[in-house]
Amino acid sequence: MKLILPLLIAIPLAASFFIIAGANPRRTALWAALINLLASLLLFSRYDLHAGGWQFVSEWHVMPKYGINLILGADGLTLTMLLLSTLVTFAALRVAPKIAKQEGLYYVCLLFISAGVIGAFSSIDLLFLYSFHELALIPTFLLIGIWGSGDRQSAAWKATIYLGTGSFVLLIGLLALYLSIPANLRTFDLRQLEQLSLAGNIHPAAWIYLVLLIGFGSLVSLFPFHSWAPPAYASAPAPAAMLHAGVLKKFGLYGLIRIALPLFPEAMQQLNGLLLLMLIGNILYIGYVTVAQKRLDWTIGYSSVMHMGYIFLGLASLNLIGVNGASLLMFAHGLSVAAAFALCGEIRQRTGTLDYAELGGLGKVTPVLGLLFGFVALASVGLPGFANFAGEILVLFGATAYGPIMMIPVVVGVWGVVVSAIYMLRAYRNIFWGPLVSRWETLIDITPTARWSVILLLAPLMIAGFYPQFILRMAGTALHH
Amino acid sequence: MNTLYLELAVVLLGIALLLADAFLERCSKNCFAYLGASGLTVILLLSFVPLHAPDAGSADAVFITSDFLSTFFIRFLLTATIVVLLMIPGFRPVLERFLPAERAGGGVGEFSILPIFVCAGLMWMVSAVDFVMIFVALELATITLYVLATYLRQNVASLEAGTKFLILGALSTGFFVYGITWVFGVTGTTNLITLPIAVSQLPPSALPPLLFGIALILVSLSFKIGAFPFQFWIPDVYQGAPTPVTAYLSVASKAAGFVVLIRFLLSLEIIPTVAHKLYVLVTLLAGLTLVFGNLSAIPQTNMKRLLGYSSIAHAGYLLIGVASLGSIMAIPAVGFYFAAYLAMTLLAFVVLMEVSEATGGDEISRFNGLSKRSPLLAGGMLLAMASLAGIPFTAGFIGKLLVFEVALNQEHFGLVTLGIITVAAGFYYYFKVVRAMYWQQPSEETPIHVSPTIRFLIALLGAGILALGIYPAPVLAALR
Repeated sequence: MKLILPLLIAIPLAASFFIIAGANPRRTALWAALINLLASLLLFSRYDLHAGGWQFVSEWHVMPKYGINLILGADGLTLTMLLLSTLVTFAALRVAPKIAKQEGLYYVCLLFISAGVIGAFSSIDLLFLYSFHELALIPTFLLIGIWGSGDRQSAAWKATIYLGTGSFVLLIGLLALYLSIPANLRTFDLRQLEQLSLAGNIHPAAWIYLVLLIGFGSLVSLFPFHSWAPPAYASAPAPAAMLHAGVLKKFGLYGLIRIALPLFPEAMQQLNGLLLLMLIGNILYIGYVTVAQKRLDWTIGYSSVMHMGYIFLGLASLNLIGVNGASLLMFAHGLSVAAAFALCGEIRQRTGTLDYAELGGLGKVTPVLGLLFGFVALASVGLPGFANFAGEILVLFGATAYGPIMMIPVVVGVWGVVVSAIYMLRAYRNIFWGPLVSRWETLIDITPTARWSVILLLAPLMIAGFYPQFILRMAGTALHH
Repeated sequence: MNTLYLELAVVLLGIALLLADAFLERCSKNCFAYLGASGLTVILLLSFVPLHAPDAGSADAVFITSDFLSTFFIRFLLTATIVVLLMIPGFRPVLERFLPAERAGGGVGEFSILPIFVCAGLMWMVSAVDFVMIFVALELATITLYVLATYLRQNVASLEAGTKFLILGALSTGFFVYGITWVFGVTGTTNLITLPIAVSQLPPSALPPLLFGIALILVSLSFKIGAFPFQFWIPDVYQGAPTPVTAYLSVASKAAGFVVLIRFLLSLEIIPTVAHKLYVLVTLLAGLTLVFGNLSAIPQTNMKRLLGYSSIAHAGYLLIGVASLGSIMAIPAVGFYFAAYLAMTLLAFVVLMEVSEATGGDEISRFNGLSKRSPLLAGGMLLAMASLAGIPFTAGFIGKLLVFEVALNQEHFGLVTLGIITVAAGFYYYFKVVRAMYWQQPSEETPIHVSPTIRFLIALLGAGILALGIYPAPVLAALR
């Protein structure tokens, strides 16, 4: 069992090498993703909930004198994120359209992103957690730049420089954290860091938390470090947007749950006001910006930035309910936004445009596509029955329990649900309802391949919606303290 | 074995090859590069035979040391020279185009032998602990480099580069000698080992002239390592000089300059009054070099100039490490950064040489669509650029990580902040090359043929970048 985690990282990388060496790109990539999905399901089911904590741990020495080692391991939260990663990877590769130019490179890029996120989520060593995330940087640049649409060049530049710089800020935060430990105890091992913190041996300064928050925050598109995300998602090819918005972006939140919550309890209290201000920016300001969008890809791009506000709200509530809700919401949002981008890509492929003014009545010619989009829209609004609802309600409960200062963010959060209903339902109406524009009369409905990929994403969303405990009891194992 | 023997072996190898070039008519001109490279490989292997320091009190010990710093950098220089020699057969068409054709292949032999003498000079320089010895070694290396930079006699750019290099190099040498005389005049010694003792016995009134001498030496070393404001020769010389020479200049002679700087700073470290002022100066140099190098690289359209400015930028990151010498991890950090810098810079130059030969120019636009014409060259360049930009799992990332670590350790928060801002600039200009190779359409579709030697070099350097980035422990262990 221990070997499965390193294999999860190695399989996509090995598949990329096979593709470079000349194997059939699509088939190789899909097999790798399928194996990974099954392997992560296996790990998910074999995790010992009673024992809790880190399991399946394996360790390789890299720079032992610096306390830097490649340590892979998983607890319930990790496994939830791994399940999300492998689900979205498989679906993303399945919906990838036929690629005319440099097909091999396309799949290699997607596989590298997948390997990177899996590595990031399963690393217990902070430096590797960071490093694996960076594996996605060049593939993203290439995917948007070569196969993107619209103003792809500026979007690719913006995302690359933002993410590259943001991650160096993060690196400085991690180094500062490392150096704040007494010299003989220095380590990047999360398990040891938690123990040191519990034993009261380390007291990292509040400014380190701030640096980490900015670093992680720019990767998660926390307001006001969000401006790279919407154009990048709008321009990226659908599979890249699915992986990026669905999985990769959760890395920042995951990192904050892993690092900030256990190591910076006081700093998080002190600076909570600032975080609240930023997340209100996410929910309210970006919410209104989303309403103003005139194209589907930008709407979904901005809406994914907006929903990050809820997850941050869960973190900021600093209690079990809120953080559990945030974890569930990470899972739910990952699936729903990936499904949204998959459908968005399907529409773009058929019509060549995502402008609301040009679309209309597509539901008549593509009923299944319309039905699936309806599901996705309702999920992302947070309709009961979807995991998004369970997550948001827990986050709001958690925030209310924090204290009176949370009144404003909670009200904003509830209002945000209304705002997201406005833009999602409007998008649904504009594209699929109303009179059919004559140009679109010959459109063909979604292919079975893409249909089942979206259903694969929606099914866990509904399972976790009706039975949230399935995710919550796993994610909760990360929060025993 | 003493480091002196290694240097001697390198010089003998060079002389033997020169004689062979003069008398053996039958030997093909490419074979000197291969012979030189294999000879240096043997010497590189010999350097792993346990070295013993020169006996204390012997004449050698006054001038030469065999500490871990000199051992590490001797291996570094040998490796760099081997790679550069292996580049030369690929560069031969350009050489023959720009050399007067009195006899077939004339001058190609010397071009592959002269770097061996530079290597000897630089090896001497990194193990020397006396200013006189450093000066002599420096002259051996730079005079040979002047010849190499102007080697394409019928190419105006090369002549211009060589002339600029000669004039500014001579100027900096002048500064160096003048600085040494002031330091000698005040302290009565030119030896770095006895210098701190002499300085600590000085009356306070002797400090200003001493500091003046030190400042002059610092200026001269800044020339050698390409630190702002003494970097202005770099872009022009890099652009004009033959590509293998540019590669050699940017890696080997910069490294030797840094080693002398480190030895110099370390020897003065125990005298707080002087050391404090020196570190302020170095910190200032580091900050300015970072900002200048990175910002000037942004608008470049010529790949050689881009790499020139990038080498200034990397001098800035290295200077961050030098400014943090107070931390015991600073020398491993700088040494590791150099190992990474060797692999990634030389890889970039190897690919550049191939591309400019296939397309006839050094502009970044010549890289357009390279991924379609030669996935190997594009992949190699991608790896080099990723490493130069500092992306994890490449050598460049670990280098930056270690340098930032020691800087934070020494509380150089300003430098670290500048470092982050300039890293962002770096992402832009390195990815500009990636964009050209992968986003743009090629002007012609014909595949580029890559010779086996160049394939080997790309594989070797690429593997080096990844190996250093994934498992850096062995190199770090060699630096303690």
